[in-house]
Amino acid sequence: MHRVVISGLGTLSALGADAESFWQALAEGRSGIGPLPEDIGPSPEAGMALVRFKNGAALHGYDPEIHFPRKNLTFMDRFAQYAVITARQAVEMAGIEWTEELRERAAVVTGSCMGGRTAEEAGYWELFHHGRSRVHPLTIPLGMSNAGASHISIEFGLHGPAFNLSTACSSSSHAIGQAFWMVRSGAAPLAIAGGSEAPLFLGGLKAWEAMRVVSTDTCRPFSANRTGMILGEGAAMLILEPLESALARGARPIAEIAGFGMSADACHMTQPSAEGAARAIRAALRDAQMAPEEVGYINAHGTGTEANDRMEVCAIRTVFEGTADRLLISSTKSMHGHTLGAAGALEAVATALALQRGVLPPTANFTAADPACDLDVIPNLPRAVQVGAALSNSFAFGGLNAVLALRAYS
Amino acid sequence: MADETIQSRVLKVIANTQRIPLERVQPDSTFEELGIDSMDSINILFDLESEFDIEIDDEDAKKIHTIHEMVEGVTYLVNAKQKASQQG
Repeated sequence: MHRVVISGLGTLSALGADAESFWQALAEGRSGIGPLPEDIGPSPEAGMALVRFKNGAALHGYDPEIHFPRKNLTFMDRFAQYAVITARQAVEMAGIEWTEELRERAAVVTGSCMGGRTAEEAGYWELFHHGRSRVHPLTIPLGMSNAGASHISIEFGLHGPAFNLSTACSSSSHAIGQAFWMVRSGAAPLAIAGGSEAPLFLGGLKAWEAMRVVSTDTCRPFSANRTGMILGEGAAMLILEPLESALARGARPIAEIAGFGMSADACHMTQPSAEGAARAIRAALRDAQMAPEEVGYINAHGTGTEANDRMEVCAIRTVFEGTADRLLISSTKSMHGHTLGAAGALEAVATALALQRGVLPPTANFTAADPACDLDVIPNLPRAVQVGAALSNSFAFGGLNAVLALRAYS
Repeated sequence: MADETIQSRVLKVIANTQRIPLERVQPDSTFEELGIDSMDSINILFDLESEFDIEIDDEDAKKIHTIHEMVEGVTYLVNAKQKASQQG
C-alpha cells in the first residue's frame, strides 16, 4: 500500500485556461457564470434563441487551433480536446519524465457523462433537419465517451490501463477514486485521472431545460432564493503517484488523496437520498482511516437545487453529528458551474489547492440563508483557514455517489 | 363550461401520463394519492404544455402542489394565450 499524492494538475473552465487562474477566481469568490454564446447550436437559426434559460459557465476565448493541428481536430470533439489540454498541463506541472517502464504501466482514468454529443448533434441535424441520408464518418470516434482517455493515451504514448467512467455528475470522482486505488495498491505506478465535459450544445441544453432544474438567474447553492443549477463546460486532470516516487523525482506534492468511498441510493433516478450520500461519505472516511473530527472542509456537491442542497446538509449532519457545526463547507459550482462529468475533478482540484494554499473558496452568489441548510457554507467571502483534511462530494442522478477524502501534505 | 373542459382535459393528461384509470383522477385527489413524485410532475407539465400549447414557467411550476392549482394555472395560461392572439 502506497501513500498517494497529487503531483500535478490542470484545469480548463469558465474561470480560466489553467489551474492558477482557476484558483485565483475561487480564492476571490469570483464567478465565471454569464450569458451563453448565441451560436451553441448546429446552425444560426438553432441556437440560444430556442432555450428558455440564458446563462451558463462557458470557456472564454477558447481557440482549439492554438492547442491542436487542424488535422487532429477532425478526430476530436470539444470534450476530448479539453481532456488532452488539461492532461498536458498536469504532466507539465508534475514534471513527469516518461520512461519506457512508466509508459508501459501508467494508467489513464477519465470521467465523462455525455461524451462527444456535439458531434452527434451535428450528425442528427444533417439527418433530421436537412433530410440527408448520411452523417460524418467520424461521428462514432468523435462521440464515444472514452475518446478523452484514448486521446490522452495517444498523446503521451501510454500503454497501461486506460478507461472512461460514466456515472453522470459523479463520473470524474469515480474516475479519480479508481485511479487512486490503482496507484495505492501498486497496480499502476502513476495515473492521469480526471474528467472532461462539453455539454453546451442545443440538444443537451434543451434536455436540461425540460428537467426544470436550470436557473434562469445564477447558481446560488444553499441560499434560500436559489433557482437551480447552472451548466458549465471544462475539464480537470490530476497526476496521482506514490508519495515516494514523487519525492524521489524531487516533485512537490500538492495534497494527498487519503481515501475514496462510493454508494448507490437504490431508490430513485433523480430524487437524491441523504442516506445514500451519508453512506458514501462514511465509506470515504473509513477508506482513509480518517476520523470525522479530522475533516475541516467539505467541497460540497452543492448544485443549487433545493433537492440536492437540503439532502446534502442532512447527509453531512447524519455523518458528522455534533461536529457538523464547526465544519466549513462550500460549493464552488457557484463559480465554475455544474460541469457534469468534469465536476468531481474540478472540485477535487479546488479541494487540493485549498489544502495547499490554506484558503477555503466560498459559496458565491449567496444572498439569504436557507433554514434547512444551517451549516457554515462560507457565504461569498473566502476564508484563510488551514485545514488538515477535506472531502469532495459528488452525488449523481441515478443515485450514484462518490466521495474523495484528501489530506494536506506537509 | 370552458373551465370544465380545461379541468377534464387536465385530468385526462394526468391519467395518461401516470398510466392510471381516468376515474381514479379526481379534482380533489392529492399528488400523494396518485403516486405523483417530482419527476412525474415534470412529465405531467410537459404533457400539459403539449396538450394546451402553452409554456409553463419553472418558478410557477414549483408552486403547484394540487390538481386544483394545476387546473387554475393552465386556465390562466390558456386565457392569456387567447387574449394575446385576439390582440395580436
